[in-house]
Amino acid sequence: MSITLDHFLFLGAILFTIGVLGIFLNKKNVIIILMSVELILLSVNINFIAFSVFLNDLSGQIFAMFTLTVAAAEAAIGLAILVVFYRNLGSIEVQKINKLKG
Amino acid sequence: MIIYTLAFYLFSSVAVLSALMVISAKNPVHSVLFLILSFVNASGLFVLLGAEFLAMILVVVYVGAVAVLFLFVVMMLDINFIKLREGFLQYLPFGALLGIVLIVELGILFLTKNFSQSNLIIYSKFPAIAEIENTKMLGSVLYTKYFFLFQISGLILLVAMIGSITLTLRYKNNSKKQIIYNQNNLDTSQAIIKKKIKLGEGI
Repeated sequence: MSITLDHFLFLGAILFTIGVLGIFLNKKNVIIILMSVELILLSVNINFIAFSVFLNDLSGQIFAMFTLTVAAAEAAIGLAILVVFYRNLGSIEVQKINKLKG
Repeated sequence: MIIYTLAFYLFSSVAVLSALMVISAKNPVHSVLFLILSFVNASGLFVLLGAEFLAMILVVVYVGAVAVLFLFVVMMLDINFIKLREGFLQYLPFGALLGIVLIVELGILFLTKNFSQSNLIIYSKFPAIAEIENTKMLGSVLYTKYFFLFQISGLILLVAMIGSITLTLRYKNNSKKQIIYNQNNLDTSQAIIKKKIKLGEGI
């Protein structure tokens, strides 16, 4: 019973589903939604690296690295927006983010 | 081989359970800590796969920077988190249904495609993995073939840094600040005035 590519793909699928579920369940809390997005990106990274190793191609690992970069940038900007939003409204409920409607 | 299998199941089960705790914990601080646990286990899986450099990068970047940033923000904002959890149970049946549908679809896809025996492997052009160490190999590809993408990812980080600083910077009207334009345009002949002061009188 050796570990194959499918094991890693299933693990990635489970983590992806948990991330999507987290966005659905915590509709009001922006912080948990951002964390769910991080989980989704982690599952994508697991898929990238598993394919890269099992297909003997290094490109997957390079792209996983770029995904890490983009995820870090996304988290920083998302949290900055969150802080500004909290400073203006005193709350982080997603339903209240409709100021752009004018 | 049996140790490899056991380690895979250990790391993956802890990663999945802590991911579940991330989305269901009552306290967001606990959520962030479970997120860190999940990332550490994922980096263990990367070590199992043979991608040591990315495993270390995951620990350094995610656990060291991103998760701690989350922790800072959660602790900095004074939020009533109980109120934010309203509707959690209300969306649970629909969310669970959606999750089950998604996981079944992905499972069917993986089981029917059988990627391991597919002809994807024809397209790989790089040298066989595990001939030299992982970090050296990544560097030899990253700085040659993917050099422009590497530069662009640096630019993305720069934009993110400038953006988050600009978003959170706040000017206060009542603070005294140096006006740099006026300061640079000062003429020394006007800035310093010489006066002769008589003894015992002052200015």
